[in-house]
Amino acid sequence: MQMTDIKHHLTDALLMGYAAGTLPEAFNLVVATHISMCDDCRAALAEFDAVGGEVMMGADSAEMAEDSLTATLNKIANAPAATKVRAQSSGLFPTPLQDYVQGDVDAVKWRKIGGGVSQAILPTSKGATVRLLHIPAGTAVPDHGHRGTELTLVLQGAFVDETDRFGAGDVEVANEDLNHTPVAEAGMDCICLAATDAPLKFNGFLPRMVQRFVGI
Amino acid sequence: MLTLAKDSTKPDAAVAMGLYSPEKPRLSGVARTKRLNQTDTAKRMMWVAHVTAIRDNEDREAFAELFAHFAPRVKSFLMKSGTSPDMAEECAQDVMATLWRKAAMFDPAKASVSTWIFTIARNRRIDILRKERRPEPEELPWGPEAEPNQEDALALQQETSKLGAALAELPEKQRMLIEKAYFGDLSHSEIAEQTGLPLGTIKSRIRLALERLRHVMK
Repeated sequence: MQMTDIKHHLTDALLMGYAAGTLPEAFNLVVATHISMCDDCRAALAEFDAVGGEVMMGADSAEMAEDSLTATLNKIANAPAATKVRAQSSGLFPTPLQDYVQGDVDAVKWRKIGGGVSQAILPTSKGATVRLLHIPAGTAVPDHGHRGTELTLVLQGAFVDETDRFGAGDVEVANEDLNHTPVAEAGMDCICLAATDAPLKFNGFLPRMVQRFVGI
Repeated sequence: MLTLAKDSTKPDAAVAMGLYSPEKPRLSGVARTKRLNQTDTAKRMMWVAHVTAIRDNEDREAFAELFAHFAPRVKSFLMKSGTSPDMAEECAQDVMATLWRKAAMFDPAKASVSTWIFTIARNRRIDILRKERRPEPEELPWGPEAEPNQEDALALQQETSKLGAALAELPEKQRMLIEKAYFGDLSHSEIAEQTGLPLGTIKSRIRLALERLRHVMK
C-alpha cells in the first residue's frame, strides 16, 4: 500500500540503524511499516543494505570448519524450501503492523487514556516501546517533550503540531529538542503508530499524574 | 539517496555475457578504476548466475563456490558482532542454507548477492543475539515480468560495484565508523562510549561518509 504524497521521511540514522540491525524492535516496527507505505524510503533502505553487504565483503574472512560445506548440504536436505512471499495487506495496516496487532484496525484492543485519546501497546522487547494511538478528529494530545527519540507514523487522518502537518504515511522524528502539542485535524480521527525509547515528559501536572497510570 | 544511475556502456554488456577478456596496455587511473569495476561487475553477475543455477537445477557445484566465497565472510561478520566462533560457524551454515532455500526469491534487479546474504546474516544475528522478532516491510507487488530484466539486473550489479569501490576509498576514520555501525551491534551512543569519540563527531563523520558515497554514486 504505497502512498504518493509522503512529505516526512525516515532519517539516514534510522535507515542505517534498521539496515545494520541495531535499532530496538519497537523502532524496527515503525521503520518497516513506513517503508511499506513509502517507495522513497524503500529505495534508500536498499542502498543502506547494499552498504552493509559491501562492508561485510570488504572485511577479513574467518576459517570455516573442515566439514562445513557437507554439514550445510545436510541442513539443506533436511529443511523444506521457503514458502512464497506473503500477500500485500488490503486493510489499513501494512502487513508488518498486522503481524503485531494480529489483524487490522478492527482487531486493536484500545484502552482510553484520557482526553478522548485511546492507545494500544504492542508487545516488543525492552529498550523501547511502541503503541497505536487513536486521536479523535480535532483533539489535542497533551503538550509534551521527549527524553529520547520518539517516532510517530500517521496511518489514518492527520495531525498538526508546532513544526508542520503530518498526513497518512508521514513520520515525525522527535528528540529532546522538541516540545509539541499534536492536534488531530478535523474531519477524520487520527490513528498513529508511535515508538519511543524513553518515557515522554508531559509539561502539565495532571497529564503527569495520568502518565503514571497509563505508562506512556 | 545514493541514486542508482544507469551506465550501460558496451564493454559492461560484454562482461555480462562473458565476452570480456582483459588487455595489457597501460591505463590511466580513471581507466584502471573502470576496468576494476568491470571485472567486479562480471564477478557479481557470475554470483547471480550461481543463485539462478541453484534455483533451477539445485546445482551443488554453484553452491560450493558461493559457499567458499561468502560463508567465511558471514562467519567473520557474526564473530565481529559478538558471536562465539562455534555459534558463528553454525549460523554461517544456516545463512548459506537459507540462501539455497530462498534462491527463488532472490531478485538481481533489486540486490547484489552480497547485499542479499548480508540481510540474511543480519536477520540471523538479531535472532540469535537479541532473540527478537524482525519486522520486515511489505513486499512490493510482482511486476508484469516474472523473470527480472537482465538490463536492470546488470545496472544494479554495476551500481553495487561502484558503491563497494567508493566505500574502500573512504578516509580511514570515516570507513572505520561505518564498519562499526554495521558490525558491532552498537548504537551511535554505544560507539561513542567504545571509541571515546564525542557523539557529535561520530554523527558528523558518518554523515560525511554518506555524502561522499552519494556523490560517487551520482
